Amino acid sequence: MTTGTYTMRQALHTAFDSALAEDSRVFMLGEDIADPGGGVTGLTKGLSTTYGKERVRDTPISEAAIAGAAVGAALEGMLPVAEIMIMDFVGIALDQIANHAAKARFMSAGRTPCPVTFRTPVYGGSGNGATHSQSLEAWFMHVPGLKVIVPSTPADAEGLLRSAIFDPDPCVFIDETALHGTRGPRLDTPDRRVPLGKADVKRPGTDLTVITYGRGVRDALAAAESLSRDGIEAEVVDLRTLLPLDLPTVLDSVGRTRRAVIAHYAVEFAGPGAELAARISHDLFGRLAAPVARVGSRFMPIPASTRLESQVSPSPQKIEETVRKVMEDSRG
Amino acid sequence: MQLDVSSQTPGDETLLTMYRTMTLARACEARLRKGFGSGEFAGVIWPSRGQEAIAGGLSTALRRDDRLVTTYRGIHDLLAKGVPPAEIMGEVLGRGAGASRGKGGTMHITCPEVGVMLSTGIVGSGPPVAVGLALAARLQGSDRVVAVCFGDGATNTGSFHEAVNLAAVWDLPLVLICQNNQYAELTPVEETMRVERIADRAAAYAIPGIRVDGNDPVAVHNALSAAVGRARSGAGPTLVECLTFRYGGHYVGDPQVYMAKDRLEQAMRGDPFPRYERFLIEHGVADADRLAALDAASVAEIDEAITVVLDSPEASLGELEADIYADLAGVPR
Repeated sequence: MTTGTYTMRQALHTAFDSALAEDSRVFMLGEDIADPGGGVTGLTKGLSTTYGKERVRDTPISEAAIAGAAVGAALEGMLPVAEIMIMDFVGIALDQIANHAAKARFMSAGRTPCPVTFRTPVYGGSGNGATHSQSLEAWFMHVPGLKVIVPSTPADAEGLLRSAIFDPDPCVFIDETALHGTRGPRLDTPDRRVPLGKADVKRPGTDLTVITYGRGVRDALAAAESLSRDGIEAEVVDLRTLLPLDLPTVLDSVGRTRRAVIAHYAVEFAGPGAELAARISHDLFGRLAAPVARVGSRFMPIPASTRLESQVSPSPQKIEETVRKVMEDSRG
Repeated sequence: MQLDVSSQTPGDETLLTMYRTMTLARACEARLRKGFGSGEFAGVIWPSRGQEAIAGGLSTALRRDDRLVTTYRGIHDLLAKGVPPAEIMGEVLGRGAGASRGKGGTMHITCPEVGVMLSTGIVGSGPPVAVGLALAARLQGSDRVVAVCFGDGATNTGSFHEAVNLAAVWDLPLVLICQNNQYAELTPVEETMRVERIADRAAAYAIPGIRVDGNDPVAVHNALSAAVGRARSGAGPTLVECLTFRYGGHYVGDPQVYMAKDRLEQAMRGDPFPRYERFLIEHGVADADRLAALDAASVAEIDEAITVVLDSPEASLGELEADIYADLAGVPR
């Protein structure tokens, strides 16, 4: 089926289903992923019934062992998908991800590549508080050897997840539960993959570029609609992968619009936007009509009250305000 | 939980293979120390002098296609699994002849051709990876077994306990080999755990836990063989504690201020070499001349390997950007 629409939840399920069906090296392990639960939110429902509990394996609550077991299996040529149930739990697994998966190819001079995928959802935006809401993608951007992926649409989620699973290097695939219900057109590529390292212009524009990913894309598109009513046409660049980072697409867009706003739910201070701002400012210094601006989460633990959380996180309104300010502050 | 361990003496060929492994490990460390000490070359190793009998037992308990995970203090284990000495010493010295052409270093030597899938420099990180290697064997329909070596200190990490529990729950073909050398870096084992026998930790996961004299290669061989047999039959993992002692400090040059002199002297009276040599002579396996010849052959093999290493180029600058990813297009510039 390549026509019609589906939700991101269905898209992720479709990616797992097709990968398991297509290649016997693919298997999944994680907490509560097997039936009857099929994941705490039911996202993997039915997979263990179809493919068996050898290939869709429930684990104890042992993130270090889950990640390490996935690393070990990948060293043997398997294509494991390890689920870390909520991104905030990744700290327990970080040694295996950052010290073993990421460095296995390099330290062995290519003798033991590690084609593992760590899939971990972000629960931010739903009042879960400081240890169940974080967007920690910048942590992984500091580790040479990893690839870091955050989809914003259902089709991208399916295609990027399939690319991650079959990629020869370790991937950290981050989906956001706030987007799981988002509906969009089905993926329509022959191999049902979306290449890693390729940004996507989600909305063309001429006056300013908003560079973002994940939930930020949703917010930026809403802001762009509102701005358009006032004659400001914002281009929205969806990075889709933070590592590899598609700088050519970013620089091409900002080179044309001469203004850039970077938006993400990760903490703004030293967040992914800091690297982007530095690159844009350096490479396009003479071209820019205004300083690069950022909209990230405020530097504080995420409060549980949704009223307070909304103050900490980006929003369409905050992006819109920032864009208007950049437009006002622009020179010639 | 019990595991039947043979008390039989293995055949002469096995006994002599273990002796050769032990002498090779001792010769390798001695040659590297000599080079560091004389200024002939620079490098760092974490010595395994005193722990060679474990390598002896390991070398005869595993099949070539069985897997091994070890640690930064693992040169003896690597030799036991058949990693060529030039690949080990080349990696220690950062040369082109090294297992990863100088990019891994002493702590990170892999040689998948002989089943060495990982050496880790992070205490406690090996067991979870070994669980995955064992899981892959199961999923791939192979009867190969995975052995993972670690020290006493590793058994105090959460990572170790998570891994043993998971291996037990899944009945994986894994042999957990604790080389209890009685020091975790600079701290004696009795200050870091209440259990007297690390093997007792197996009880928490309802798997067999065996303690053996880690300075007796025959005892190690028999325990590991039983554990490997159990793993290969599909019955699940075993924890084998090999009680030994670290004679050479945490690293080469360690002044060992934390260790009482008489404790080291007493421990060295249990040196695995003279004991095993007496055993081999008394059992008529070999006479003193034959053993001396085997030792000399190991020394010669190491000397030949170090020549290959020193004749090989230093790590190439061309290696810098290779192997970060499969495709270099992903590297930020």
